[in-house]
Amino acid sequence: MPVQDFEKIFQEKIDNEIKIEPKDWMPEAYRKTNIRQISQHAHSEIVGMLPEGNWISRAPSLKRKAILLAKVQDEGGHGLYLYSAAETLGQSREEMINDLHSGKAKYSSIFNYPTLTWADIGAIGWLVDGAAIMNQVMLTRTSYGPYARAMVRICKEESFHQRQGFESLLVLSRGTKEQKEMCQDAINRWWWPALMMFGPRDSESTNSDQSMKWKIKRKTNDELRQNFVDMIAEQIKTLGMKLPDDMLKWNEERRHYDFGEINWEEFWQVVKGNGPCNKQRLVARKKAWDDGEWVREAAAAHAVKRNKTKAA
Amino acid sequence: MSALIDYTLHLADNTLILGQRNAEWCGHGPVLEQDIAITNISLDLIGQARSFYQYAAELKADGSTEDSLAYLRTERDFKNCLLVEQPNGDWAQTMLRQFLFSCYQFFLYQQLQHHTDTRVAAIAEKSLKEVRYHLRWSSEWVIRLGDGTEESHNRMLKAIDELWRYTGELFIPVAYETETGIKFTSLKEAGLNNIRIVFNEATLPVPENVYMQTGGKTGVHTEHLGFILTELQYVQRAYPGSEW
Repeated sequence: MPVQDFEKIFQEKIDNEIKIEPKDWMPEAYRKTNIRQISQHAHSEIVGMLPEGNWISRAPSLKRKAILLAKVQDEGGHGLYLYSAAETLGQSREEMINDLHSGKAKYSSIFNYPTLTWADIGAIGWLVDGAAIMNQVMLTRTSYGPYARAMVRICKEESFHQRQGFESLLVLSRGTKEQKEMCQDAINRWWWPALMMFGPRDSESTNSDQSMKWKIKRKTNDELRQNFVDMIAEQIKTLGMKLPDDMLKWNEERRHYDFGEINWEEFWQVVKGNGPCNKQRLVARKKAWDDGEWVREAAAAHAVKRNKTKAA
Repeated sequence: MSALIDYTLHLADNTLILGQRNAEWCGHGPVLEQDIAITNISLDLIGQARSFYQYAAELKADGSTEDSLAYLRTERDFKNCLLVEQPNGDWAQTMLRQFLFSCYQFFLYQQLQHHTDTRVAAIAEKSLKEVRYHLRWSSEWVIRLGDGTEESHNRMLKAIDELWRYTGELFIPVAYETETGIKFTSLKEAGLNNIRIVFNEATLPVPENVYMQTGGKTGVHTEHLGFILTELQYVQRAYPGSEW
């Protein structure tokens, strides 16, 4: 069959909401886009363990420590499902990890911001996981089957994390003067980076059109960002806190909140590697990988010995 | 009563401090699956610590809570054994520390599940399922590294040299342990026997005639504990009397 026919069948499946599975024919660009996106998502989960993990030792109560441990552990688990989903497209986990370490593969820029106080852990749960969920709920319906199925599982846990983050901030917002200040300060610092998580404006986004046609994405960056702003602008009322945006205002005509302009210069600088923690995040990941090399070698050597004994 | 409180705190401190140490690996493990596994063990240990602290707080009946006991006691009050506060070192040292402790804990909880105090017995019985997994997982790692490559074998030898001297105090009862009904002789025998089997498979020697360090159970610690508590307790102490 000529390639054009394969492409036609492929697009028909997509148009008819039939999931693409690993062994199905797919255009090379579809495969590449999915590998790029899924591995980037996996890396985000793994790098994301660092800013939150660094508060496990200092969590202010045993309950919060247990919740945070469980959360960071969940993220590791998400990384695992996602690496597995990407592997179905023919790239090994090791190759993906090498691409992360060399800087070829990206991860979500949000994790290049530092966690400075305990309130940051609540703010990440509420705002960062909240923004991630917007994207992830959409991805439960993405056209590549293994990715969509991984997202169903991930979404359940993420929405739990978001509620935990909000609840943790709620306690601070009802606490002492210092706790309230800590809460507001964390919101001030995480709000804009959270909005940046949705990516460039639609007019600037290079990957959007094709991804929409292939139903890898189903909503544009700006649509998702607007949904997020609408949700958070309501939720913050319960906290009695303020979002750091003087332009934020309900627009009756649009039936949406209007909001101010993102600092795009900062956005692109962080993407290029110039965020506050880009360097240290990669150094930490590479160090874990390099320090673990002898462990992986030993495990492999032992497995060989064990198999030989079994065979004998 | 005061002996039971101290003993319960000892059990709680052991699990809190090891949980705290293991959690330092979170996000930095040698391979993702093992990063998740060690974090999971940390979570189990913190869970056990909470159960014991909650019970100790009830016994004290002076307004103490699980958090005041974990966050507002000082270096000399903590009763954990020296083994659990030792630094993570490399993966070999962390695996050996986990193995030695899980091995002790496994046989200890087997006795404690029949303890006359029903709360201690219930916590031990519930935790035993977790500890059985910790023991199996860490045994596998000791074997894998001991009988892996030359490098991993040497790293295990170094870890044994580092940690073995902290195993003695586990089997020497202090005042608050004398009325617990624990049979220390059989505990030591069972523990050592299990260690011999695993070390044998790992091609590792069981050290003999090592001079043992003691003191953790009565609050005389190594220098590491102060730093652990500094980090663990920082937020509670910086903002006294707050809810979190």
